[in-house]
Amino acid sequence: MNKFGFNIATTRSINLDSANLSKSAALQELVPSYRYCIGCGACSATCSAASMTDFNIRQVHFKFSRGQYDGLVDELNKCMLCGKCVLVCPRGVNTRALIINMRKLLEE
Amino acid sequence: MFDLFVLPFCIGVLALLVISVVKYWLWISKFDGRQRVVVLRNMLSWKFLPAVWEAVRESLLHWRITKHNVILGYMHRSLAFGWFLLIVVGAVQAILACPDGHPFYVAIFFNYFEPRSPKVVPFAQAPLYAALMDALLLYVLSGLFLAMFKKIWSKPLGMKKTTKHNLTDRVTKAALWSIFPLRLLAEGATSANYHNGGFLVSAVGDLFTAMGFENPVFEYQLWLFYSLALGIFFSLMPFSRYMHIFTEVFLIYFRNLGVTEGHKKTGYSMFEMSACSRCGICIDNCPINRELDISNIQGVYLLQTVRNKDLWHRAEAIANNCMVCGRCSEECPVGVDLATIRRQVRTESNRSVDNPHGYGYLAKVHPFNAIGRVAYFGGCMSRLTPGITEAMEKIFQAAGQPYWYVDKEQSICCGRPLLQQGFIRQADSLRRKNQEMFAQSGATLLVTSCPICYQSFVKEYNLNIPVMHHTEYIKSLIADGRIKVSKGAQSVTYHDPCELGRGCGIYEPPRTVLKSVATLLPIKEEAGKSLCCGFNLGNTTLGVEQQALIRNAALDNLLAPSPDVVATACPMCKKAFARADRAPVMDVAELVAKQLV
Ligand code: SF4
Ligand code: SF4
Ligand code: SF4
Ligand code: SF4
Repeated sequence: MNKFGFNIATTRSINLDSANLSKSAALQELVPSYRYCIGCGACSATCSAASMTDFNIRQVHFKFSRGQYDGLVDELNKCMLCGKCVLVCPRGVNTRALIINMRKLLEE
Repeated sequence: MFDLFVLPFCIGVLALLVISVVKYWLWISKFDGRQRVVVLRNMLSWKFLPAVWEAVRESLLHWRITKHNVILGYMHRSLAFGWFLLIVVGAVQAILACPDGHPFYVAIFFNYFEPRSPKVVPFAQAPLYAALMDALLLYVLSGLFLAMFKKIWSKPLGMKKTTKHNLTDRVTKAALWSIFPLRLLAEGATSANYHNGGFLVSAVGDLFTAMGFENPVFEYQLWLFYSLALGIFFSLMPFSRYMHIFTEVFLIYFRNLGVTEGHKKTGYSMFEMSACSRCGICIDNCPINRELDISNIQGVYLLQTVRNKDLWHRAEAIANNCMVCGRCSEECPVGVDLATIRRQVRTESNRSVDNPHGYGYLAKVHPFNAIGRVAYFGGCMSRLTPGITEAMEKIFQAAGQPYWYVDKEQSICCGRPLLQQGFIRQADSLRRKNQEMFAQSGATLLVTSCPICYQSFVKEYNLNIPVMHHTEYIKSLIADGRIKVSKGAQSVTYHDPCELGRGCGIYEPPRTVLKSVATLLPIKEEAGKSLCCGFNLGNTTLGVEQQALIRNAALDNLLAPSPDVVATACPMCKKAFARADRAPVMDVAELVAKQLV
C-alpha cells in the first residue's frame, strides 16, 4: 500500500533553521501555486505511477519544501507526467510544473 | 547605358544574392541525416510539380491569406504578385526595346534610360507596355495603401492585434514602402521632361508641370532616391522578416519532397522559421491571447526568439506558455510546424533531466493473452471519468465483442504528455513498453477513448494492428449493425477536442454517431476553429484561474444554441467542462450507451 494519508514520512526531526531551503524557495518563485498545497494527498491517491510502485508525489514535494532533497531525483524519475494529479488537486497546484522544475533544480 | 545612381541598387542586389546563397547553403548543410535522405531521394521526382503550384499559389497569389480575409489577401497579393509582374513585364519591355542587349538594371530604371539612350529603340507595342507597367505600378500602390491603412486600423483586414516588429524590420519596411512612391515620382519627373510613360506616369508628369516645374531638375535626385530605397531594402532583406519571400519558396519545395521537423532544431527548422512573414495571424487565433490578453507567446514571437540566439532566455518561457492546441497553425498561411518547433525548445531546455531510468517498475506489468480480441486503452485521464470507460464496456458487451481493457488496473501513460514537454527519451521508453504489450497480447485492434493516446498511437507508435478512436469504432459498430441505437429527444452541441480534431483530423465520425442518438446543433466556432478546453496538458505555465477563463470561452461557444447536453470525445475536455458545472457534459460513448436498444 502506498504511503499517502497521514503516514507520509517516518518520524524525524528537521531543524528548519539549518535546512537548505534555497531550492524550495526557488521552486516557489517558478511555480507560484506551490504555496497553495494543503497536503491533502489527492495527487498521490490518483497517481498512475503510484499504482505500480511506491512513488508518492505528495511526499516528494513535501520533503522538497523542507529541504530534504536526498533521493528525490530517483523518485521523480518515476513520474510519467500524465497529468492526473493536476486535474484532481483541489487547490489548483500545478503539480506537473512542480515536478519538471524540481527535477531541474535538483540537477543544479 | 550607365549612370552612377544605379549603383546603390546594384550593390543591394549583389549583397542580397551573396548573403542569401551563403545562408541557404549553411541551412541546407545543417539538415539532419533523415532530412537529407528524403531530399536526395525525392529531389528530382514528380513531387516537384505540386511544389511549383503551391509556390505560385502561396508565395505570389497568397491564397491561404485570402481565405482568412479577402482584403488582407488582396494586400499581400498586390505587393507580391504585382511586384513580380512589374519585374517580369519590365524585363520583357527592356528586351524588346534593346535588341542589342542591355545591362540588367536597365529594366528597373527603364523610363530614365528610354529617352536618353540611342540604344533604346521604339517598338510597335511600346505604348501598350508603358500602359501595362503603369497599371501594375498602380496595383502595387493600391496594396501599399492598404498596408498603410492597416497600420492605422487593422480590423477591416481581419486582424485585431498586429505583430510588434523589431528595429531592422521597421527600417526595412520603411525602405520597402518608399520604393514604389519614389518610382512613381521619378518616372513622373522624367515624363515632365521627356513626355514618356503611360497614363499614370504622364499624369504625374503633367501634375509637376501644372505645379510650375516645367523641366524638373530634381528628376535625377528622385531616381537616386529610388535606387537607394531599393539598395537599402535588398541589403537589409536577408536580416529582416522580408527574407520570408524567398525562403517560403524553398520551404514549400522541401515540404513537398516530404521533409519534416525532427526532435532537434536543424537547418530545415531555419527555413521554417525564416519563412514566417510575421503576419501575426497566429496572434488573433490563440485562445491565450483572446481570453487572457497574453500576446507575446504566439508563433510569430516563438520563431523570432528561437531564430535569434540572444533571445534564447525568452524562448523557453514562450515555448512553455502554450497549450499546443494547434489553433494558430491551422490558420498560419505559411503552414509553419509551430508545435514541433515549440517542442524542440522544450527538448533543449529539459535535455539534462530527460532520464528514462526511473521506469524500471514497468517491467512488472505484463500483457494479457488477448488473441483475437479488441484491446481497449482507456488512457490515464479516463480513470478520472469512469462514466466513459463504463460506457465503452457496455458498448463492447452489446456488440458481443470480446475485449481486453489494457489499463484497467495499471495504467501506463502513452508518453505523449512527456513528448509534448520535450522529454523525448522518457516518452520513448513508455512507447516501447506499450508497443511490446500490444504486440505480445495478440489483440487485433486497438481502441482508445483518449485523443491524446490516439494521436500518440497514430503518429509516434509503430503498431502492427489498426488503431481507432472510440468515436470511429462506435461509428463502425453502428454502420455494421453490431449495435442498435435509438435517437433520443435531447439536443447536443459537440466540442472538437484539439488532439482529435486539429491533431488527427477526426471531425466526422463523432458527428455521425451523435446524429444517430441525438439532435446535433451547429455552433459558431467548430471543427478546425474549435476552442481549446483550456486544461490541455500542453501548457505548464498557466494557473487554474487562467485555464478556467479559456474553458469558459469554449463553453460560451458551446452553450450559445442552448443544448440539453454538451458532448465531447475526450476525458480531459469532459473533466474541464464538468468542473464549470454549467451544463450536463457527456462523452459520445456515454450518449451512445444510454441510447442502446
Ligand atoms: S492534491 Fe494538490 S493540495 Fe493535495 S497534496 Fe497534492 S498538490 Fe497538495
Ligand atoms: S503526472 Fe506524474 S505524479 Fe502526476 S499522476 Fe501522473 S505519474 Fe503521478
Ligand atoms: S507563424 Fe504563421 S501566422 Fe504566425 S506570423 Fe508567422 S506566418 Fe503568420
Ligand atoms: S497552440 Fe494554441 S495556445 Fe499555443 S500559441 Fe497556438 S493557438 Fe495559442
